[in-house]
Amino acid sequence: MSGRLIPPAGPRIEVEQLCVDYNGTVALYDADLSLPPGCICGLVGMNGAGKTTLFKALTGFVRPSHGRIRINGQTVLAAQKDQAVAYVPQSEGIDCNFPISVWDVVMMGRYGSMSVLRWPRQSDRVAVRDALERVDLLPLAQRPIGALSGGQRKRAFLARAIAQRASVLLLDEPFNGVDVRTEQLMAQLFLQFRQEGRTILISTHDLGHIREFCDLVVLINRTVLAYGETSAVFTPENLARTFGGMVPKP
Amino acid sequence: MSWLLEPLSHAFMVKALLVSALVGGVCGLLSCYMTLKGWALMGDAVSHAVMPGVVVAYALGLPFSLGAFVFGVGSVAAIGFVKQKSRIKEDTVIGLVFTGFFALGLVLVSKVRSNIDLTHILFGNVLGISSSDIQQTLLISALVITLLLVFRRDLLLFCFDPTHARSIGINTGLLHYMLLSVLSLTAVAGLQTVGVILVVAMLVTPGATAYLLTDRFDRMTLLAIASSVLSSLLGVYLSYWTDSSTAGCIVLAQTALFLLAFLFAPRYGILQGHQPQP
Repeated sequence: MSGRLIPPAGPRIEVEQLCVDYNGTVALYDADLSLPPGCICGLVGMNGAGKTTLFKALTGFVRPSHGRIRINGQTVLAAQKDQAVAYVPQSEGIDCNFPISVWDVVMMGRYGSMSVLRWPRQSDRVAVRDALERVDLLPLAQRPIGALSGGQRKRAFLARAIAQRASVLLLDEPFNGVDVRTEQLMAQLFLQFRQEGRTILISTHDLGHIREFCDLVVLINRTVLAYGETSAVFTPENLARTFGGMVPKP
Repeated sequence: MSWLLEPLSHAFMVKALLVSALVGGVCGLLSCYMTLKGWALMGDAVSHAVMPGVVVAYALGLPFSLGAFVFGVGSVAAIGFVKQKSRIKEDTVIGLVFTGFFALGLVLVSKVRSNIDLTHILFGNVLGISSSDIQQTLLISALVITLLLVFRRDLLLFCFDPTHARSIGINTGLLHYMLLSVLSLTAVAGLQTVGVILVVAMLVTPGATAYLLTDRFDRMTLLAIASSVLSSLLGVYLSYWTDSSTAGCIVLAQTALFLLAFLFAPRYGILQGHQPQP
């Protein structure tokens, strides 16, 4: 996915008055958010603050009870069909004993662009090879996913998002349990993604990483408390509201 | 060689070998998805829950696979409904629902006037399988194999990472119900050979055996099918020569192959000093 993406006319992600509830339990209410193309945005909140719920809404896993989401000006469903959204899971949520090679995992990023039988074409193989090269995993392509270290596994899922050629990347705790090598590589990749016009949303509770990597930050505690430039949003008052008075050390 | 060829002089043995091999192959293929998705208990549930469907279909003069299918899918819907609407944990709900269906089947068998033999449903009757039953098995097998082959990549992704599947626009709800329908249909086919009680072995053991032998999904499918077909053939022969339960022999053969893999598998066998990953 070398080269820039054609930017949408409006924002990359637009969330208006979003409410999500699970059988009557409100997980997220009146959330507003607008993210431009080409930015790295941190999503900060406590456990249970609604980070996962927001991701689920953006990937179409939960239906909002109220409000609307636009990705590249389209509905979530249309954006999915366009392969616009890639979700990079926490490696812990994945069965590491699954009998599948790194190459096959990255190829799954191409499924949405293939025919029903998902037979890879030459262009798909090229995309997978390029993606693996960018995350420096090409020599390990034929290894089973379980044979990788935590950091390598994270890179494999990042490669899947690259192969998908998504314009929106949702990353769930990407810095959890990764080695220094992976962290440096990810930082580099994020900068490239931004330059290419991709919008990266990083969910984390590590404020140090946010300060280091993110242009924008979204503070969330069952609604969006604040969002904007990291320096402007990271005020003691905002952080206190986000963490219920208990601000973690940066 | 006569031990191999002599049984083949009986038409019922030829039929039994062919049907068990076919059903074994279909179950072997499906068992890969069952073990990877963690649906072993679901397979047990569905295979028991189809029983009242079989009885009702016989009583109404319908193909028994139709009744079984309705009750198989119905049981899964019931499990989903109770789980969603109550605070009871899933494994409890599964245990509760399938035994309820199974009990209903037992009562119906004893009350509905029909020529169904309870032991045939419970333990299979592949040596005495009728032509119409063979036809149904063929039809079911063709349908199941087609669906599993066409959607094999999607189903693999669905087992591995449903969130990603969903986020690239694949209809995971549809895949979920398709896999359940396939499970119900296969349970009916398996019911012919090994009966309600042991069908879950056909849906789990070959996949588990193959899973110990490889880290590649494609190879796992082939190994599961091979071990399942081999067990079916071995089992039918074994039951002929020892004059014992065919279902029992087939499942014992599967268990024996599993034990071999468990002990001697190149990487994951315990004799290779394999330590499971947490």
